Amino acid sequence: MIPDHLTRRGFLQAGAAAGGGLMLSLSLPFANGEAEASGADGFAPNAFIRVADDGQIVLTMPYVEMGQGSYTAIPMLIAEELEVDLKQVRLEHAPPDEKLYGNPSLGGVQATGGSNAIRAAWKPLRQAGATARTMLVSAAAKRWNVDPASCRAQSGEVLHAPTGRSIKYGELAADAARTPVPESVALKRPEDFRLIGTPAKRLDAPAKVDGTAVYGIDVRPPGVKIATLAQSPVFGGRLRSVDDTAAKAVKGVRQIVRLDDAVAVVADHMGAAKKGLAALNIEWDDGPHAKLNSEEIVAELEKATLNSGPVAQHISNSDEAMASVVTKVETTYQVPFLAHATMEPMNCTVHVRTDGCEVWVGSQVVARAQAAAAKTAGLPLDKVVVHNHLIGGGFGRRLEIDGVIRAVQIAQHVDGPVKVVWTREEDIQHDMYRPYFFDRISAGLDEKGMPVAWNHRFAGSSVIARWLPPLFKNGLDPDTTNGAINLIYALPNMHVEYIRVEPPGIPTAFWRSVGPSHNVFVTESFIDELAAAARQDPVAYRRALLDKSPRAKAVLELAAEKAGWGQPLPKGIGRGVSVQFAFATYMAQVAEVEVSKDGTVRVRRVVCAVDCGTVVNPDTVQAQIQSAIIFGITAALYGEITLKDGRVEQTNFDTYQVLRMNEAPAIEVHIAQSSEPPGGMGEPGTSAIVPAVTNAIFAATGKRLRKLPIDTTALRQPA
Amino acid sequence: MATTIKINGVDRTVDVDGDTPLLWVLRDVLGMTGTKFGCGMALCGACTVHVDGAATRSCITTIDSVGTSEITTIEAIGATPAGAKIQKAWLDREVVQCGYCQSGQIMSASALLASNPHPTDSDIDDAMSGNICRCGTYVRIREAIKEAAQSSGQRG
Repeated sequence: MIPDHLTRRGFLQAGAAAGGGLMLSLSLPFANGEAEASGADGFAPNAFIRVADDGQIVLTMPYVEMGQGSYTAIPMLIAEELEVDLKQVRLEHAPPDEKLYGNPSLGGVQATGGSNAIRAAWKPLRQAGATARTMLVSAAAKRWNVDPASCRAQSGEVLHAPTGRSIKYGELAADAARTPVPESVALKRPEDFRLIGTPAKRLDAPAKVDGTAVYGIDVRPPGVKIATLAQSPVFGGRLRSVDDTAAKAVKGVRQIVRLDDAVAVVADHMGAAKKGLAALNIEWDDGPHAKLNSEEIVAELEKATLNSGPVAQHISNSDEAMASVVTKVETTYQVPFLAHATMEPMNCTVHVRTDGCEVWVGSQVVARAQAAAAKTAGLPLDKVVVHNHLIGGGFGRRLEIDGVIRAVQIAQHVDGPVKVVWTREEDIQHDMYRPYFFDRISAGLDEKGMPVAWNHRFAGSSVIARWLPPLFKNGLDPDTTNGAINLIYALPNMHVEYIRVEPPGIPTAFWRSVGPSHNVFVTESFIDELAAAARQDPVAYRRALLDKSPRAKAVLELAAEKAGWGQPLPKGIGRGVSVQFAFATYMAQVAEVEVSKDGTVRVRRVVCAVDCGTVVNPDTVQAQIQSAIIFGITAALYGEITLKDGRVEQTNFDTYQVLRMNEAPAIEVHIAQSSEPPGGMGEPGTSAIVPAVTNAIFAATGKRLRKLPIDTTALRQPA
Repeated sequence: MATTIKINGVDRTVDVDGDTPLLWVLRDVLGMTGTKFGCGMALCGACTVHVDGAATRSCITTIDSVGTSEITTIEAIGATPAGAKIQKAWLDREVVQCGYCQSGQIMSASALLASNPHPTDSDIDDAMSGNICRCGTYVRIREAIKEAAQSSGQRG
């Protein structure tokens, strides 16, 4: 959260802009974790606002646009307080520079993720806008020799009503730069907002409907060659030999690049590169994981949960309470490895020269991309230029730099720029995956059926331990346990343990809704099991446990009401509910699911109630929830990556299916009014939908699904 | 061997193998990058173009199969009445998120609207289920197609 005591002095400086006009430098905190952005010792700006002489407002922000709409919402914050039209504000991607743009709470990594852009920008950007406005008004008042209080700002001008005079911001910017920074500024009251809370058109939409938007995969530096690659099908394997005779004979193929664990075919176009790749005769040394199957990984995880591990949360004495309960419910849950399958396959374009290196890529971590390219190419950081581009889907995949490293390795062998494009098969089989988790969970119910003891222990990979080691402490990290601890429910006795087990032969990474993608499925399924064991209604049961969480209770009630909870449904159709607090947003969902006799599951309708604090752009909130729900249903119904003989078995959208138009449910989003600070929006909908769907299947069929993805054969009715 | 194909009303000659998919000719040879690569197997629809008005997956359409057919891509679809209505509806309804699949979505939707000015939900399912959107913009795609169809009705 953004600390309330953050003072203007601590995060903002003003002065003349290099190219003329007024420049405000500010230090944006990041909402992840509890860390505060600008430490007490020293000012480290990471965002810049320039009011140019021509009146254009330019923001340079350490966040990237990947579909989530923050490039539209962020300018709204500035435009609101600065009293300018939204179209006067232009937002630019920050260049890679962790000294400037690094996220202090993420160990200085310049990253976009964790649903935190708007959460972090909310207060400081409005304060910066108000500061700039105050300085522009002061400059105008001084010029007119009038009291600043008699002037006001409106539509990019300062007005002096008594004399009817006005001056545009652009003409005042240079003067304002010499004005002292005000000690304090007043922010607008919510009732005076003219932009915040209104639907604003996405600034990036026009170029995305006429084909002119340039994603990383679309860059075409002069003379660029296209390469595609085959990497060792078993993680950790090596290239033994390649016969490239036939490949070299393919028209348009220019070069075969051999690496330790991969081969690339460089060609004039991707068609030739793919044809060349198919013509290669490759022998791999599969290495230590040649015989690895998913079952062995799962068995290891299951075994790990038999012994205790680091304690993530402990409330009172769960074991003692468990000894005297009326009913005990005990079970296990499992969630699978998942690929990201972004629509834009992995790609990276690189030009390595002896004195430098240029990289074109769409990245959520542009400074890490730069550092990785420099290290791989053996060049100093300042000799590597990274051009960041639109991202055709991130979902966590582009928080990793494995693709950049691979492209640089290939480009080192190529004279001139080369665009390395992963086939879909390579993209899915060499992803870094949402970890598999195995959960053991139990609860004890009192005579009224309410939970008085809760024990939860789970095992799986810690992405944080690799991605940001300083946040992995005492065997625990804030992401992997997110959604398993600090539950919204009042549980008098609770004990949660997490055991880090890194699976062999398969890399893991963040995936949309991260920790909660696993934990919310477990906890919201299990609370549903407890309601069933207590023979109580799932909504009423949850509601009774939410007295200390009024915002959670309110969204639960809203979702239930809008969904028509309790109203009869035809046979074979059930309603399921979930409620969660994650990414500083409260959300409840009711899914209406039909299960056919052959076991086919169809999600017919989803009702979502959300309290995400103050809403900046309601249209984006709705869009992100629609998006996250579809993403979650895909995972619930289809998402599963498995290993056989060390190889990922899934290859393309036929074996790694994605929800399609004909399967998409009707989705209703109801936004609760709130003046609390904004919560995150990119991710919560994904974790919340999955248990809502499986709980609905339980309501429809009486079958409890404790392992994802949904096994439709288990739902098949006997003929 | 050199092959001449007609793209967006213009004859273009390219020198590639006859079995080269149209997708790569468009993107890599001719530099028309609005048409996207998603799967290479006609599973996702990101590469959809029109061949004589029919929505066609360019990733499995070989260059030697095109013959004298008229190819239309996202770069020119706005010049057709259905394409212009679809693009406008896409903006009105704020369909796009990451946007990567949207060229293909718009090409499929334009072909649908051109051949069927008033599609039912089931028509929309049939025409659009070959186009994957990982951002899950399906709800808005459906609304946008209906809006575009309604504007057809008003004009017609």
